[in-house]
Amino acid sequence: MGLGSDMYRQQILDHYKNPRNYGELEDPTFSHTGENPTCGDTIRIDIVLADDEETIERVAFSGDGCAISQASASLLTEQLRGMTLTELHELDRDDVIDMLGVEISPMRVKCAVLAEKVAQDGAKIHTGEFEIDTTQTE
Amino acid sequence: MKASTTDPLDTERIRADFPVLQREIDGTQLVYLDNAATSQTPEPVIDTIAEYYRTYNANVHRGLHQLSQEASVAYEEAHDRVAEFIGASGGREEIVFTKNTTEAMNLVAYAWGLAELGPGDEIVLTQMEHHSSLVTWQQIGKKTGAEVNYIRIDEDGYLDMDHARELITDDTAMVSVAHVSNTLGTVNPVADLADVAHDHGAYIFVDGAQSVPHQPVDVEAIDADFFAFSGHKMCGPTGVGVLYGKRELLESMQPYLYGGSMVRKVTYEETTFEELPWKFEGGTPVISQGIALAAACDYLDEIGLERIQRHEHALAQYAYDRLTEFDDITVYGPPGDDRGGLVSFNLDSVHAHDLSSILNDHAVAIRAGDHCTQPLHDTLGTAASARASFYLYNTREEIDSLIEGIDDARTLFA
Ligand SMILES: Cc1ncc(COP(=O)(O)O)c(C=O)c1O
Repeated sequence: MGLGSDMYRQQILDHYKNPRNYGELEDPTFSHTGENPTCGDTIRIDIVLADDEETIERVAFSGDGCAISQASASLLTEQLRGMTLTELHELDRDDVIDMLGVEISPMRVKCAVLAEKVAQDGAKIHTGEFEIDTTQTE
Repeated sequence: MKASTTDPLDTERIRADFPVLQREIDGTQLVYLDNAATSQTPEPVIDTIAEYYRTYNANVHRGLHQLSQEASVAYEEAHDRVAEFIGASGGREEIVFTKNTTEAMNLVAYAWGLAELGPGDEIVLTQMEHHSSLVTWQQIGKKTGAEVNYIRIDEDGYLDMDHARELITDDTAMVSVAHVSNTLGTVNPVADLADVAHDHGAYIFVDGAQSVPHQPVDVEAIDADFFAFSGHKMCGPTGVGVLYGKRELLESMQPYLYGGSMVRKVTYEETTFEELPWKFEGGTPVISQGIALAAACDYLDEIGLERIQRHEHALAQYAYDRLTEFDDITVYGPPGDDRGGLVSFNLDSVHAHDLSSILNDHAVAIRAGDHCTQPLHDTLGTAASARASFYLYNTREEIDSLIEGIDDARTLFA
């Protein structure tokens, strides 16, 4: 079997069907949204920081889209709790793909990295590093 | 001997002409159902390209040597062949080779639109336009101040012709419509729309990217002012498209690309331009691709476009019937038997991209996404859809493979 069904191993299907940390947080320190315009994947991530303004205390995501984008978001939220913003910014696409534990076909990488990019952009907007409305991955 | 127009296609023989159809994907025979995106290429077309590079590759219109003469004659005659293929009685002078449909659209938008349009003018499109026409005219509207309006589609994916007659007025300068929708499969009444446009003194640009490959087309019977299509969707190579324009219109327009090949006399101050169609083909043109496109016309004519149309029609109907058997599948576009050879759909529980990835395991190639019709998808209430599109070499068994793959995806995601 090719890349396709390998891509849909149990873990991804499980996170897609039963997303972890799904929903919206009440008073998030920051909240950010992103999309893949061509796929129609959307992800919103809400984060509450600890008093140190650096450690991620609580995180939730909501959204809509393909299994890869939604499962990545679910998996990411599990990792983010307890992480610092510095650690968040150190994550790259390989970390996300490792987290998914499957090979992602080149055309689908943008689905896989959407949640990570939303979290990173959200943090940067929060710390005033830059200003955008929505994140897009292409 | 040429078959009669009603004989069914001998798909087994036709498939033998397309080497890529022998391919296997991880040991499974390829099922290629993405023909609306690009079609596969038969041996005679591949041979034409190879023969050009092997025996007479040279620049055209320029050299006096033997190779250049051979290349020039073949390239120029390719325009005549394409003219004949779509019923343009003006011959080569009405046929401009471009890169693709998109460039043909932009050529008219820039060379005609920028010069002629202004505030108070209106451009009428349809809700089902491909981005190649929608984005182009939308942006030309912004540049010129012309207003862009969209003819509505009804629930079944047909154009609302009453709305068309409302929108097309004496202020309308251009009506630009897809002949066949690449998403819905709707075959639009372009000759009727041409009448309405002409009654109001407007021009009509027909986007034939999804019609010319699949059915006999006569641009003069439609009375299109402009008409465009792409070689790569009709058994031809990538890199060549066609703009047909009525001769007097093309004559009245300024060039789009300036440079070599399109000029007669050049001084430091002034330039006079070549005659049609070369005035619109600045620089070294798409020589091998143009010649190969003529070979694609020969190939399709040899088999017969009526027969191809019937064949695809039967396949699309079969696919439509099989897909609509399932309650969890939404099929878009006309329910009747008057659709082009493609079917777009969604499986409720599985995103189109996931479906396409899973179908790839069954070696089934379909398109998943917005098919370059994002606003239409918004109208349909979905971000993406899956699309199976058929051509002369496809079979019912291949549609059965598609359905099996869909079953598999449904089970996986259950
Ligand atoms: C209806 C329609 N118009 C225009 C195009 C654009 O064709 P191209 O990408 O070859 O310019 C396509 C195909 O993608 C199409 O289906």
